[in-house]
Amino acid sequence: VEEEAAVIDSPVLERVLAEALRHGGDFAEVFAEDRSTSSALLDDGRVEELSSGRERGAGIRVVSGETTGFAHTADLTEEGLLRAAEAASAVAKSGGGRTTTVAAGPTLTETTGPRGSERGSVLLGSKGDTLDLLRRADEAARASGDSISQVQAGCGASRRHVLIANSEGLLARDEQARTRFSVSCVAVGDTGLQTGFESAARTLGFELFDEVSVEELAQLAASRAISKLLARPAPSGELPVVLAGGSGGILFHEACGHGLEADHIVKDASVYTGMVGQQVASPLVTLVDDGTVGSEWGTFAVDDEGRPAQRNVLIDQGVLTDYLWDFLRARKEGRTSSGNGRRQTYQHLPMVRMTNTFLLPGEDDPDEIVAQTPRGVYVAKLGGGQVNTTTGDFVFGTTEAYLIEGGKITEPLRDANLIGNGPEILKRVDAVATDFAMTPGTCGKDGQSVPVGCGQATLRVTGVTIGGTAE
Amino acid sequence: VSTTTDRGGSKGGAAQGPDDLLALAERVAAWATSGEEVEVYVARGDETEVRAYDGAVESLTSATSAGIGIRVIVDHKLGFAWAGSLDESVLGETLAEARDNARFATADEHVRFAVPDGVAAVPVDLWDEDLASVPTTDKVELALALEAQARRADSRIRQVDAADYGDASVEVALVSTSGIRASSRKTSGYISVGVIAGEGEASQTAGGFSVGRGFAGLDPDKATDDAVKRAVRLLGATKGPSGRSTVVFDRRVATTLLSVVSSALSGEAVAKGRSFFAGRLGEQVGDLVLTLVDDPTDPRAYGAAAYDAEGLACRRNVLIDQGVLRGYLYDTVAGSRAGTSSTGSAVRGGFAGTPGPGCRALTLAPGPEGYDEDGVLAAVGEGLFVQSMTGVHSGVSPISGDFSVGAEGLMIRDGKLAEPVREITVASTLQRMLQSLVAVGADVEWLPGIAAGQTLAVGDMQISGI
Repeated sequence: VEEEAAVIDSPVLERVLAEALRHGGDFAEVFAEDRSTSSALLDDGRVEELSSGRERGAGIRVVSGETTGFAHTADLTEEGLLRAAEAASAVAKSGGGRTTTVAAGPTLTETTGPRGSERGSVLLGSKGDTLDLLRRADEAARASGDSISQVQAGCGASRRHVLIANSEGLLARDEQARTRFSVSCVAVGDTGLQTGFESAARTLGFELFDEVSVEELAQLAASRAISKLLARPAPSGELPVVLAGGSGGILFHEACGHGLEADHIVKDASVYTGMVGQQVASPLVTLVDDGTVGSEWGTFAVDDEGRPAQRNVLIDQGVLTDYLWDFLRARKEGRTSSGNGRRQTYQHLPMVRMTNTFLLPGEDDPDEIVAQTPRGVYVAKLGGGQVNTTTGDFVFGTTEAYLIEGGKITEPLRDANLIGNGPEILKRVDAVATDFAMTPGTCGKDGQSVPVGCGQATLRVTGVTIGGTAE
Repeated sequence: VSTTTDRGGSKGGAAQGPDDLLALAERVAAWATSGEEVEVYVARGDETEVRAYDGAVESLTSATSAGIGIRVIVDHKLGFAWAGSLDESVLGETLAEARDNARFATADEHVRFAVPDGVAAVPVDLWDEDLASVPTTDKVELALALEAQARRADSRIRQVDAADYGDASVEVALVSTSGIRASSRKTSGYISVGVIAGEGEASQTAGGFSVGRGFAGLDPDKATDDAVKRAVRLLGATKGPSGRSTVVFDRRVATTLLSVVSSALSGEAVAKGRSFFAGRLGEQVGDLVLTLVDDPTDPRAYGAAAYDAEGLACRRNVLIDQGVLRGYLYDTVAGSRAGTSSTGSAVRGGFAGTPGPGCRALTLAPGPEGYDEDGVLAAVGEGLFVQSMTGVHSGVSPISGDFSVGAEGLMIRDGKLAEPVREITVASTLQRMLQSLVAVGADVEWLPGIAAGQTLAVGDMQISGI
């Protein structure tokens, strides 16, 4: 039963695709998924909840001109798939699309991504082992300081088998195992409550814990909460900002990553529309989106349209070189997908999404960058962000930040959002260091969440508006 | 909009409610062995989504989904498992997995399922009989018409990047060995449109929507007018000035604010020391104008419900009365831990989630002046009107109370909306904002989500811009 999604026979898939195109349409696709998830939560000193979930089903889409019909089902029998195919084909049937080319039933040929066959078996952690990690994290966090008043440690693991077959003859499979461990702490002091958070997440099974120390995660989370008890309100207004390597990648995810997604581009809903070949950023900025990197959180063998993950250079020394593409938007422009078609589950339509998006390291020394900043803000950790791709205005929030005074990192600051405009901020990057690091995140778009990675080395932006309360 | 009177669609016997789901939940709950408590939550839903773009259907999605979530308690230890299917083979597996999970939990005397508490559920009719018989072609037509209307609404609208129609019908049944037996069903419909206004190089975006219990009554004029007005009035926006200011929050933005405040009113967050309201019961936590009530029995509320997510009757809970903190929201476990009982406030995110305390229908008592938006603006005189906020997830904490968000909107001059501003932040702390509430509008609008929208004015906030 474990691999059910991966074993729909090719003849069945071929019949389902033929049924999907029976009423017309020029492309059909079956996306089948079998996903198991488990999570454990230790909160308030207690193992409060172990949860297990299982979901399997298939989403079928039929494309007719500019129109997509989509239906999904949890019934993976041939009858269930044929019913979904019939429902998805309703658009073509009703003439809602602009063209109705009847395609012949495909002959499927399996393709694999560069990493497709090298996956070994995934190490599964037992429930007991998982709880042991949670307890160790809880103890380490509480031992970090008397002011730690609350600790929540969570571990979530998922395994996802996907199978994609389409009317162009593509057949692809992937097995994606992901594991995430997080710790959030509350510290209490005279100034009230403050919080600290840290997580590790990889496209791995329980092997994650060969690479990650849960005690270190817990200590980091705890120290963030504790240091903010003494924090002063963040400044208000524009200052130079130094972003420490790792989570600062969120800046690029928001400032331009989303704006380079082709679905926004083809609708002229991005500030970067029509700017390929132009200098959109400082020459220090070379931005890459790469779904093939090691076991990073946004890594996979094939995307959710069966296209192998690949490395895409988006900005090369400040010059915009390309956008991110999924099947539909690429087809519209007569090119191939860049391997960025992703979906949350089989119940969702794919759209253009980032994978691991990062700035290549530069040549500066991280300490020197701080030393050469007379006054500014040092952001050690970012929490999240949001962007309006049409205007380019974006925010990102700090969860650990300090004042820089006289070239030195001094007092801790309370959390605040920073705000900027993508194209303006990209031009203000004036130093990039060598200390590259990646950070996992969850990216939300149009109601769908997918795992992504962000990364950069320590860098400086000459001016960003900081939304604190100190005048 | 045309409404349909074509009755007798595919949902035969819909008036009786999800009886088959109740029967299924009862059957699974009856598999409990001695010494074991079992709670079974089953849900089933149908949905349709249409997206129109550039005069054609961009996508049409139709789907049926169903699933089960089972909680098991053995020796005060809780386990949970869920599955996205109601297949017979899945039911037993899911129960077995929940049982196994329970073995690993920490024994906790407060862990228990809800027990019927004698409070009668207030019936709320959330089911639109007609939705099931609306032909898909009518839904497609509505989305196409919405898109076309938005495109021609104003010469400055240069793009309509999404015009959507969506509807859903959901049926839920909940049965436990502790005596709970509840079922409910609900339909909903919406249209929404996102527009881009342009003038010269500058572009601005905004959205508008209309929501209801079904297809009938969805109002494309309202959705379009709202989106177009909001996008167009931002044209020419520049980065605003820094400084202290009174801030007026648009109704939609106020909904988000109240939702964040509500997380700090969760009895679970309070018990675990994760709320700035912890330990402040009976204290003055806000201005006298602040009276906050959660009342899911109000049928006008988007989140109205007869039963909470543990099967207890939903009820009216006064949380803050004239600025004094009067209560928190509890589910069964949080209530027990606090030495009190559930306030009927359990919520859960479908069959794959477990219950926790939360709001469904928050409202602020309107201020004595009975202001609408114009009234609040006139009373404030000078300040900033915030039309939309960004970065709420990254800049607002219901634990510390720290508040810092991105904003766009218009300056308020002489009591009226003046020039537009963008790329600014608005900051304070939630604690200070509640104390600095200047006005609460009487312009209550039940918006999607867990809180009503009302124009709010908050004094002494820090604006960061130029």
